Amino acid sequence: MSVKNLIVLSALTLLTYSAYGQGLDKILSNGEVHGSFQLDMQYYQEDTVIGAADVPEDVLMNGFANINYTNGNFSAGFRYESYLNTMLGFPPGYKGNGIGYRYASFTNNDLNVTVGNFYEQFGNGLIFRSYEARGLGYDNAMDGIRVNYKLAEGLNVKGIIGKQRLYFDFGEGIVRGIDGELLLNDFIGGSLLESKTRITVGGSFVSKYQVDENSQYNLPENVGASAGRLTIQQGKLRFSGEYARKINDPSADNGFIYKEGEAYFVETAYSTKGFGISLSAKSVDNMSYRSDRNASLTDLQMNYLPALTKQHTYNLLATLYPYATQPNGEIAFQGELIYKFKKKSFLGGKYGTGILLNYSTVYNIDSTAIPTAVDTNLLGYESNLFSLGDEKYYEEFNVEISKKFSKKLKGTFTYSNIMFNQAVIQGKTAFDHPDIYADVGIIDITYKISKKHALRMEVQGLFTEQDQQDWGTVLLEYTYSPHWFIAVLDQYNYGNNDSEDRIHYYFASAGYVKGTNRIALGYGKQRAGIFCVGGVCRNVPAASGLTLSITSSF
Amino acid sequence: MKKNFLLLVLSVFTISLFAQTESRTIPSSNLKDLNGKTVNTTSFSNDGKPMIINFWATWCTPCKRELNNIAEVYDDWVEETGVKLIAISIDDARNAGKVAPYVNGKGWEYEVYIDANQDFQRAIGFQNPPFTCLVDGNGKIVATHTGYQEGDEDALYEELKKLIAGEKLSH
Repeated sequence: MSVKNLIVLSALTLLTYSAYGQGLDKILSNGEVHGSFQLDMQYYQEDTVIGAADVPEDVLMNGFANINYTNGNFSAGFRYESYLNTMLGFPPGYKGNGIGYRYASFTNNDLNVTVGNFYEQFGNGLIFRSYEARGLGYDNAMDGIRVNYKLAEGLNVKGIIGKQRLYFDFGEGIVRGIDGELLLNDFIGGSLLESKTRITVGGSFVSKYQVDENSQYNLPENVGASAGRLTIQQGKLRFSGEYARKINDPSADNGFIYKEGEAYFVETAYSTKGFGISLSAKSVDNMSYRSDRNASLTDLQMNYLPALTKQHTYNLLATLYPYATQPNGEIAFQGELIYKFKKKSFLGGKYGTGILLNYSTVYNIDSTAIPTAVDTNLLGYESNLFSLGDEKYYEEFNVEISKKFSKKLKGTFTYSNIMFNQAVIQGKTAFDHPDIYADVGIIDITYKISKKHALRMEVQGLFTEQDQQDWGTVLLEYTYSPHWFIAVLDQYNYGNNDSEDRIHYYFASAGYVKGTNRIALGYGKQRAGIFCVGGVCRNVPAASGLTLSITSSF
Repeated sequence: MKKNFLLLVLSVFTISLFAQTESRTIPSSNLKDLNGKTVNTTSFSNDGKPMIINFWATWCTPCKRELNNIAEVYDDWVEETGVKLIAISIDDARNAGKVAPYVNGKGWEYEVYIDANQDFQRAIGFQNPPFTCLVDGNGKIVATHTGYQEGDEDALYEELKKLIAGEKLSH
């Protein structure tokens, strides 16, 4: 069905072009085909020490290829996906082979039409975002129709309708939405085009339809949400804010209560050469929004509630205690400051010194449960979006200093202090999972041996009394630009109170890069944990064995 | 009927694949600049001189290493070759607001855009940043590279000089 649609569209487009009297050969020679490919494969070994279970297939593989055709204002493409069988840690819903994505799109003057699959977001995504993070098996692509129309200079309207992807199937709900954005300066024109002050306003409305088959409750079949946003830029200063509201949406996420949902996200930033600062605040209350009220995990999410915490990349910081937004309710604040001490100044030295400070904190929303006996409207609780609760979910202070010592030697030094409420964030029982307080130090040194050869070393330490106590990580990486790399890593839970759990997780990898081809082999043990990339997280079980990964694009 | 269509689409793909030269047109996508202005990627130009399009993100350590390393030699590159580097951030709403402070805080002199919905990334067709495209004076992508290793900027600069001299590129 899906491939057929694509073919019909391609054929129709060709025919249309031909009908306008152009030569077929000329049309074809204007077309371009491009694509990308990724394959990840692992041979699993049972490892009782780290708790890696036996995998009956021995080998598991995830792979896909995107193929896109473009010709002037027309484009079409598809993604073939293969999960034989899905690798550990990926949603098991991905099974077998299939076309996970296909589309055709054309632009005619100011109108752009896409049929088939598409990814889209309105504003910050508070009420609508369809998105993919292939590395995590996250994909809630829309399947339907999108129309984008430029009504006037600076005024754009988008309309979408479709169903969301659920593995090789689609969710039951229908998602409809419209978004308008007005870039005031471009719209009015004249002297405002070059004005230092720029104003953008936008608004969106989204609704989902899902039939009510529940005999006990009278569930709303249409659930609407709306959002408005404003951005003001004044030279180096920028302010942006968005507010969203959702009508009653009883779901598995909120315990089938009929309370309305609300969220806001404001951000202000100022920057000039060598200095930048940003401050942001966010509050969400009962804002989980899915196209199936019974869905869970990362299935069929319609919106995006960005976490206002620093997104980490160093192994211990990124994987041990990563924060994830609590859609049922949280208030978060974040500030970041970046400064560069100039070359030849006291703190700058010969090459200058960079410093980056980040502070973030997240609390619950102050709320009061409504006693069941008087809660005739099944609202669940009362709350105020702006009122801070007394339970802290997360707090972090992070400082990162980058320094070049000589032409050959440079380093980045990080200190982080974290408070992590594991009971709330990871859904564990509170009585035996106390809040975690951790200090983390990271030294990342690069030594450039010669023009093409470089050695990089990371030494990381995480110190805490709670959870699994102290961890250390050492990474050594040798690169021969532009083609070769080899790395060894050891992550060691040396401080674990239980001496039997003081486990080494070593991993060695090597690879070859040429242009867009990258082939890497790895061997070792991977710790169970929550891995997050691009703001999406997934639970990964412990594993041991040999991995192969190939990426390419053309 | 279905077979005929399949044949047709295959021949379109094959003919296009053989007909296309090694260079590639920059695909069309709308991005936002740091002032919130919408810019279409087909308008990228550098007065007939080469460009480098580099995809990065505030959460991507090798990306930042690459762009910070190039920043140290960028003045020389511009002076010697007239090249322009366009840095495309694929940060989403979580970090998009931190892009301008980071870029200015590091003193980068690149042209910077935000691809918040990753439309341009999908149109170019790659999975993980950093990803670098070398664009010739006619606006055609003539070389691409995935990932970053210390010293890769020198290899990129060699390619850039070959491109200007009209020599064959290594990849």
